[in-house]
Amino acid sequence: MPPASLNSVGLSLNDCIKCNICTSYCPVSQVTDSFPGPKYAAPQSERFRDFGHPFYADGAGPISRTLAAGQMPDASVDYCSGCRVCNEVCPTGVRIAEINARARARIVAARGISLRNRLLGRNELLGRIGSIAPGLANFLLHNPLSRRLAAALFGVAEKAPLPRWHHHTLNRWLARTRAQRLRGERKVVYFHGCATQYYEPFVGIAAVLVLEHLGYEVIVPPQNCCGLPMLSNGEFGAAESYHRRNVSRLIEFVNAGYPIIGTSTSCTLTLKEEAPELLDLENDAGTRALKLATWDIFEWLRERLDQGQLPSDLRPLHQSDQPFILPYHAPCQLRAHRIGKPALDLLARIPGLDLRESHARCCGIAGTYGYKTEKYQIAMDVGAELFDFVAAQSTESNQDTEGSLSFTACDSETCRWQLEHGTGLPSRHPIELLAAAYGLYDLHARRPADGN
Amino acid sequence: MKRMQTEILVIGGGATGTGVAWDAALRGFRTVLVEKRDLTHGTTGRYHGLLHSGARYVLKDAASAVECISENRILRRTHTHCIEDTSGFFVVVPEDEDDYPDRFAAACRRLDVPCTEIPPPSALRREPLLNPRISRVFELPDAAADSFLATHATAQAARQAGATLLPYHELTRLHLSGGDGNRAVSAATVLDTVSGEELHIDADLVINAAGAWSGQVAALAGVEVKMILGKGVMLATNARLTNTVINRCKMPGDGDILVPIHTVSVIGTTDEQVADPENLSIEQWEVDLMLTEGDKLVPGLSRSRILRAWAGVRPLYQETQPSGEPTPGTDDSLSNDQPAQDSPQSSRDATRALALLNHRQRDGVRGFITITGGKWTTFRLMAESAVDAACEQLGVSRPCRTADTSVPGVEQGHYWLGHRLNEVEDENLQSELVCECELVTRSMLEGAAQRNPTVTLDDLRRDVRLGMGPCQGGFCTYRAVGILHQLRAGNASPAAGEWHVAHMQSPAHHHRAGAAAEPSRAGPAPASSPAPSDESRRRSAAVDPGTNVSQPNLLLRDFLQERWKGVAPILWGQQLRQERLDELIYLSILNADHLPVDDEESPLSSFYRSGSSPASSSL
Ligand SMILES: Cc1cc2nc3c(=O)[nH]c(=O)nc-3n(C[C@H](O)[C@H](O)[C@H](O)COP(=O)(O)OP(=O)(O)OC[C@H]3O[C@@H](n4cnc5c(N)ncnc54)[C@H](O)[C@@H]3O)c2cc1C
Ligand code: SF4
Ligand code: SF4
Ligand code: SF4
Repeated sequence: MPPASLNSVGLSLNDCIKCNICTSYCPVSQVTDSFPGPKYAAPQSERFRDFGHPFYADGAGPISRTLAAGQMPDASVDYCSGCRVCNEVCPTGVRIAEINARARARIVAARGISLRNRLLGRNELLGRIGSIAPGLANFLLHNPLSRRLAAALFGVAEKAPLPRWHHHTLNRWLARTRAQRLRGERKVVYFHGCATQYYEPFVGIAAVLVLEHLGYEVIVPPQNCCGLPMLSNGEFGAAESYHRRNVSRLIEFVNAGYPIIGTSTSCTLTLKEEAPELLDLENDAGTRALKLATWDIFEWLRERLDQGQLPSDLRPLHQSDQPFILPYHAPCQLRAHRIGKPALDLLARIPGLDLRESHARCCGIAGTYGYKTEKYQIAMDVGAELFDFVAAQSTESNQDTEGSLSFTACDSETCRWQLEHGTGLPSRHPIELLAAAYGLYDLHARRPADGN
Repeated sequence: MKRMQTEILVIGGGATGTGVAWDAALRGFRTVLVEKRDLTHGTTGRYHGLLHSGARYVLKDAASAVECISENRILRRTHTHCIEDTSGFFVVVPEDEDDYPDRFAAACRRLDVPCTEIPPPSALRREPLLNPRISRVFELPDAAADSFLATHATAQAARQAGATLLPYHELTRLHLSGGDGNRAVSAATVLDTVSGEELHIDADLVINAAGAWSGQVAALAGVEVKMILGKGVMLATNARLTNTVINRCKMPGDGDILVPIHTVSVIGTTDEQVADPENLSIEQWEVDLMLTEGDKLVPGLSRSRILRAWAGVRPLYQETQPSGEPTPGTDDSLSNDQPAQDSPQSSRDATRALALLNHRQRDGVRGFITITGGKWTTFRLMAESAVDAACEQLGVSRPCRTADTSVPGVEQGHYWLGHRLNEVEDENLQSELVCECELVTRSMLEGAAQRNPTVTLDDLRRDVRLGMGPCQGGFCTYRAVGILHQLRAGNASPAAGEWHVAHMQSPAHHHRAGAAAEPSRAGPAPASSPAPSDESRRRSAAVDPGTNVSQPNLLLRDFLQERWKGVAPILWGQQLRQERLDELIYLSILNADHLPVDDEESPLSSFYRSGSSPASSSL
């Protein structure tokens, strides 16, 4: 363990000038009394925790005698959803959400973790198990009785939008279509993340099709969960071993100069920032190299657009000459990349698309947050701002019958599920829309246009 | 003029004076204590925060080391909840490598100061921000101690034993009876600095525990006591850097100790000989020196956010010429009449052992004793030897009981960093916070304001840590003023009963107790002690409609001025940014510099204004 520096996340609390701006923006503390707000939870409470001390992966750490004896002073920080709205608005750059994440990790270190949070943190494992027999798994997970049981036994909210296993994984599709895949000099690496692998392989398919359309060979090497679910549930030790495995699996491609491109904004954020920072791995050479090589797919595509390398054969998304109204929500995790909203730049090229940008702070789900019984309603209340925005677009479109509203778009999987849950409209990753506009992809059936 | 009569009159409401009052009251003496400002307004409230293990002095000042380790063991029992059991490291940094560490370890063994050498990697593991270039580490039973809480707890123990404590009462005259060779102190005139009224107190014996002011008090009895006053400057960081007390393993010098106390780490101190006990100026070189030395313990300390600077003045004493006869009746090793060293060249070299001056033997003045020197750590022992000498002068024999008597509140155990947050969370008091940074709730503030004389908000700061956090009063000053104003206007339910200081730092306790009378949890009072007198529970000045210091505008201006004093010397970087926001709040929004209080002054207004220029002393 390298010596902690005075610049570590916890010490960023020194930047706080108590202005309360974060508290007035935090979507969670606005809807519930259970969470006193970012200023209280991060820069203030951190002075009463074991300030400045890094988390020890082996759990042997901290540090003051009382904490070592298992006393963690606070609990309400667990109600921070990790949406990072606070980080965005803080005028002095306090790493509020990260301080909160570390505090959760220390609560877990001190008090242990619930089975539910351990499960929610293991979505890769769940994904893999379920994909053995997706039909059965979906039945077991989604029938009302087991949902009620899961709520009672584990505290997994009965109504929360749990995903469904797809009947095949992304890897199966890649293997099946190997012969059709593009080979070439120009290569990129695709980081799919667990959700794409097991629940939404079609997002990965759309990504592969678009990347190939640009003339790149897409390498999909073995990889595992980025570790974010564990980070947000406070299991830093487990998250670190997942992260290190990813580094060792991807490093040869990084060294070969290939960009690592992801469609899951949270996974790419973890590789870029969360894992290096929260796990104190910023001085680890592999972690640093991977961090610098990682791109959100639209961040990378926008680069191509700027270089004039984007094929221009984009077509309207449907036949009628009415505009296609698309409410778009940039998820918190994407905003945390601090790259603007690159999907908007690309989608704006699609003819006849009437993009409506949401300025809602958060959809509420924030990873696994909204799945927890005690937080489900908070997540729905937070999301109301976004749901109302979407509803407003559809009333408008109905009134003047100027266009049709049949989808929403969002870059992050859990946010899309929450959006569908909150609005009743199907939601798509922007890459699916782009793939469809290139004529490569069927937006309704969510499969390649050629039927494969 | 009002009159009072007592057996023992104690001058000074610091650690030593309250300790004396406690000790004397426990031995059954009728006791009155006068303090010219708030309890702990002197050096006790400006110290470094360290319960010494004595190790610092093993090679330089063995007498002080022995006093410290034995008192360290006692105070952990009698004042448990005022202490955080941090433990202490003595570390050897590259600048200090010589034979000191070996001699240090040997001296610790010789003087029975428990000392264990531990490998630097395990020390670094416990304290990751510590200088990685340390070559040796010794662990000793140092601890952090809250002198505000400890003094209040001692004061309450004294009250419960029957003593009367009068803050904001300044000794202005000592009355002597008898002629040459048979002089005796028999009474005192005391000024109530809030009301301006005088009070005459007849006393059989006066104990001067006025710390750095002891020379001035002794002069009122016509006795010369030459204090060596050593001013020390300290800096607090915005948050803790270590959880262990860190000392340099070398001859004591400037800026060689880092103490984690509550939410901050304090680096200190300098040691400059000054003439005036109220010379609390902070020079640029002192700040720079603390930063440079701090970096040797925690590299980067100088670049981390510094919250505040302050200064205190050590009340040191060393008899420089032979005087009087040896003091009978006290343990020779503890009294100063046989100086262990040559006359000190500077305050840094003056002994930290306690000094008991029995003026009957020393100067031929009966009924007068001065107890000074020492450390905060040894206040109980100082009180013991002073009251022993008093017994001897009064011709009674009553054994000291303080070493085996706990002050109220010890059942809570040692305090720990997270205790306030923990209680705020358990009781869901988040919306009750007045000072958000230090987690002071409204009921804590009201409890203190209604039951302890509150002339300025600074008094409440000492009671509950109001305004001690990063914004230095930016967000709590106007809230506290509003609350006090409401109390004064009678909009709050009145608090009854005695202020139970054992829980003064506890948000949960105050919440549960609400405005209702707090249960008297004290053990049975000694039979000889009268009920607490009216003075000890009188309504505070801040909530007393009759006094001009209750002006909310004045409270506000005083406190802003007081906080500014400690921020001005360290105004750069993050704290400058903070101060800019505070300035916008108070000067641009609230127009605080034009509040209509021009012709009004609290007893402390001029002290706060004095800033870096030495204030003229009040005696
Ligand atoms: C910078 C610094 C750091 C220190 N750090 C430590 C440490 O870490 N650990 C430790 O053990 N010790 C430490 N000390 C020493 C310790 O703080 C003092 O020895 C101790 O606080 C002295 O307490 P006291 O009660 O004797 O004096 P004080 O606390 O000064 O009390 C004297 C009181 O007398 C009052 N008074 C004066 N004149 C009158 C009058 N005419 N009428 C009524 N009242 C009057 C004053 O207002 C004052 O409150 C430090 C000292 C300094 C200066
Ligand atoms: S991360 Fe989101 S929920 Fe957490 S404190 Fe910040 S704004 Fe609030
Ligand atoms: S926005 Fe930033 S500076 Fe303002 S209170 Fe929140 S953390 Fe502190
Ligand atoms: S002023 Fe602040 S002391 Fe009060 S809330 Fe802020 S620091 Fe606390």
